Amino acid sequence: MTSISEPDHLARLESESIHIIREVAAEFRNPVMLYSIGKDSAVMLHLAMKAFAPGKPPFSLLHVDTTWKFKEMIQFRDETVKRLGLDLIVHINQDGVDRGIGPISHGSKLHTDVMKTEGLKQAMNKHGFDAAFGGARRDEEKSRAKERIFSFRSKSHRWDPKSQRPELWNLYNTRIADGESVRVFPISNWTELDIWQYILRENIPIVPLYFSAKRPIIKRDGVLVMRDDERLPLEPGESVEDMQVRFRTLGCYPLTGAVESSAESVSDIIFELLQSRSSEREGRLIDNDQIGSMEKKKQEGYF
Amino acid sequence: MNSSTQNKIFDQDIDTFLASQDAKDQLRFITCGSVDDGKSTLLGRLLYDSKTVFEDQLSATETESRKYGTQGDNVDLALLVDGLQAEREQGITIDVAYRYFETDKRKFIAADTPGHEQYTRNMATGASTADVAVILIDARRGILTQTRRHSYIVSLLGIKHIILAVNKMDLVDYAQDRFDEIVAEYTEFATQLNFDIMHFIPLSALSGDNVFTSQSVISKSNMPWYSGPTLIDLLETIPVHHNEKDKSFRLPVQWVNRPNSEFRGFSGSIASGKISKGMTVVASLSGRKTKVKQIISPSGDVASATSGQAVTLVMEDEIDISRGDIIALEDSQPEVADQFAAHIIWMDPEAMLPERTYVIRFTTTSTTAQITDLVHKVDVNTLDQLAAKKLELNEVGYCKLALDKAVAFDAYNDNRQTGAFVLIDQYSNATVGAGMIDFALRRASNIGWHNMQIDKSVRAAVNNQKPCVVWFTGFSGSGKSSIADHLEQKLHEAGKRTYLLDGDNVRFGLNKDLGFTDQDRVENIRRVAEVAKLMVDAGLIVIASFISPFRSERRMARELFNDDEFVEVFVDTPLAICEQRDPKGLYKKARAGELKNFTGIDSDYEPPEHAEVILKSGEFEADTLADELVEYLVSKGRQAILE
Ligand SMILES: Nc1nc2c(ncn2[C@@H]2O[C@H](COP(=O)(O)OP(=O)(O)O)[C@@H](O)[C@H]2O)c(=O)[nH]1
Repeated sequence: MTSISEPDHLARLESESIHIIREVAAEFRNPVMLYSIGKDSAVMLHLAMKAFAPGKPPFSLLHVDTTWKFKEMIQFRDETVKRLGLDLIVHINQDGVDRGIGPISHGSKLHTDVMKTEGLKQAMNKHGFDAAFGGARRDEEKSRAKERIFSFRSKSHRWDPKSQRPELWNLYNTRIADGESVRVFPISNWTELDIWQYILRENIPIVPLYFSAKRPIIKRDGVLVMRDDERLPLEPGESVEDMQVRFRTLGCYPLTGAVESSAESVSDIIFELLQSRSSEREGRLIDNDQIGSMEKKKQEGYF
Repeated sequence: MNSSTQNKIFDQDIDTFLASQDAKDQLRFITCGSVDDGKSTLLGRLLYDSKTVFEDQLSATETESRKYGTQGDNVDLALLVDGLQAEREQGITIDVAYRYFETDKRKFIAADTPGHEQYTRNMATGASTADVAVILIDARRGILTQTRRHSYIVSLLGIKHIILAVNKMDLVDYAQDRFDEIVAEYTEFATQLNFDIMHFIPLSALSGDNVFTSQSVISKSNMPWYSGPTLIDLLETIPVHHNEKDKSFRLPVQWVNRPNSEFRGFSGSIASGKISKGMTVVASLSGRKTKVKQIISPSGDVASATSGQAVTLVMEDEIDISRGDIIALEDSQPEVADQFAAHIIWMDPEAMLPERTYVIRFTTTSTTAQITDLVHKVDVNTLDQLAAKKLELNEVGYCKLALDKAVAFDAYNDNRQTGAFVLIDQYSNATVGAGMIDFALRRASNIGWHNMQIDKSVRAAVNNQKPCVVWFTGFSGSGKSSIADHLEQKLHEAGKRTYLLDGDNVRFGLNKDLGFTDQDRVENIRRVAEVAKLMVDAGLIVIASFISPFRSERRMARELFNDDEFVEVFVDTPLAICEQRDPKGLYKKARAGELKNFTGIDSDYEPPEHAEVILKSGEFEADTLADELVEYLVSKGRQAILE
């Protein structure tokens, strides 16, 4: 039992997010939580558990599997849902698999379009979800800074920056027509540092890939790529090196750059973050393709 | 990250550092300014000087600066914050964007909003969640129409604390008199608004003077005459979440948590106030009371909780509370009503029309509503009130609304969460309006909507009297009519203009469609009260003589008038005497069962609890009692009868 005290900054963010999660549960017919296994998803899931304690969240988790995630991610995902006793839906774009789409053969853009963006739309349509929680934050990228917390999507899942609804106070317009949906971002107002501080404070389990370890690395165009399986072919002159690295973000392994680091705990990570001079998305290859690339992706229906 | 933050962690262990991070609070502010006042530059400056900009972002911005920038070969700080590609190409900010940065002392969320008139709605959006507003002024141009508009909207949205940032001081040679001039003009203007605290800072977003760089510490200062705080000093020290926790307790119920038959909790975020285990609470809509048995906060069971926390309350009793209700303490409950007056900001290209039905969304409940009356619109540039038939995009209006069901709420001025609502188009589902409740309207209450030239006081002056209503209540045969009669004669003799309303002159005309059921009695009194109000408005002394058996109707009548305009007179005659008098033979009929719903026989009479005058008609003559009343009216200064 603690006595009455002003909630600090993390406690306020925590409560704000719980509020948003409860609104969705109360207002939507068939919500789902997109679980992408990374640290932001871990925090979002942790908040969802708190929102409905002592009960369980009244919705399932959805993972759109591109089939190129790190093995450790999949293992962690399965352990997590088991530990928490939740339902998990895994969706794979079978059509993409049949066409042999992959990041190496087709490049990051097409791979992401088909396996992630298309896959997500398929899953939303198949299960008739009318609301999907996502773990995006506004501080991640400039075009996200204007994203609403409740982001409206047309029947074809498009995001139109011009037709977003004004969002005042904490009054969210949850009305949609049949076939339309919303993406809801309960941790919009968190920064990367907030996320790590909260993981530390709450002792939230995260994928071990965030912590430094010796991993098999190929240096390619200045990016440290981990060879998670045999599907990543070596180019002439390349070799696999064991390097002490960790990941700041997690995605499809051939598209995710590692950083050299000795951070072995969450507080090490925070320490490192405070000294770092580059943003977390730098390691994601899709963003740097062209100026405004994230904005284009979002219009097409990427999360 | 802040460079000083970085330095510090090297000589401090990480745990100490994290503890200090944990204790930080967060300030949410909005920046407003007109195009080219330098808003984006200022925000870019805040991000840059707080070292929130990472190297990769900076180099991306350098690339963009070459492509779109306005600063030649220098990095255009504005491009750090201009988000969407479309507006980047046009060089204007068209939506609300949220920026995050922090210093050693605080974390900040800045809502960056566009300044043009056509974006009033975006500004309102940004202001709705802000604690403080930073209003930008270009020192060369001074206070513009836009400055007034921004200030008004910020004030309307309930922000009490503003910082007027006088930017581009470099372009006016850092002249103190220019700054002083602007401060004086603004201070004068702001008396019309609702700010508690105002700060004024001369600065240059471009060079950083007085943003992070204090003029009092650098050796070659551009503004040695200014020794006040820098912008960041102020932002770091302004108190946040002021007094929300000291306000009345409000928990809008979001979700009823029933994982199994053993557990039932009511979840929601505390909008204001505090709650502790054991306190007695009331569900506002049903009025049911219970005690708090358990409080579950995000960090587990707690003994008490405060505003800003998302909690789940478990109650002592099995009571039904649903989503949309507000849990409050017994002695300070929210309003529950289906009508209120509110300011509305219209946000849709299609105009707001009175009579049209909209979906109305409050903290946790929604229903449908009609705007019954557009009282006036506000010219956001001059603050003038104008007559209007509809409200166009970005206009602000003062309206009366009628809802399809009663909801619990507060005045926006008292509570920014429980006093706010949005309006949604029923067909397109677009968010079309944002509202701030002014006050509840009781059924049939009506408070000075039209300020006409000739008003009540003017008419009263011509009549040389203070208009009022003397409201008689009591059993049939109690003597109301005879006393009323005598009173009217006496007033008439003193040269007063009067009118007597009684059952006879309304039951045959105005109210001939009404019988004597409870509903009809209520409606009867409502109409009589409204007529009396018009007559008082016309400057008359109205004498109303009705059984008016129910307290609530008499209260409703009373609420139509000002405090000193309503005199309730209870003619307190025992039922037995009334029945014995039986002047119209009605008691006899009622006893015989020929008359239904007769007060005192088969319908209740609720004696007044706070009547101004009680007359014992069983013991005195009507004339004597009328004298007593005249004396009362004179003594209370209501009538100068003898002048
Ligand atoms: N000289 C000077 N120019 C400024 C200052 N602040 C902004 N500017 C310039 O004013 C112009 C408009 O600034 P911008 O930040 O884009 O304005 P916004 O439209 O309010 O976002 C740009 O050319 C800026 O470089 C200042 O303090 N001094």
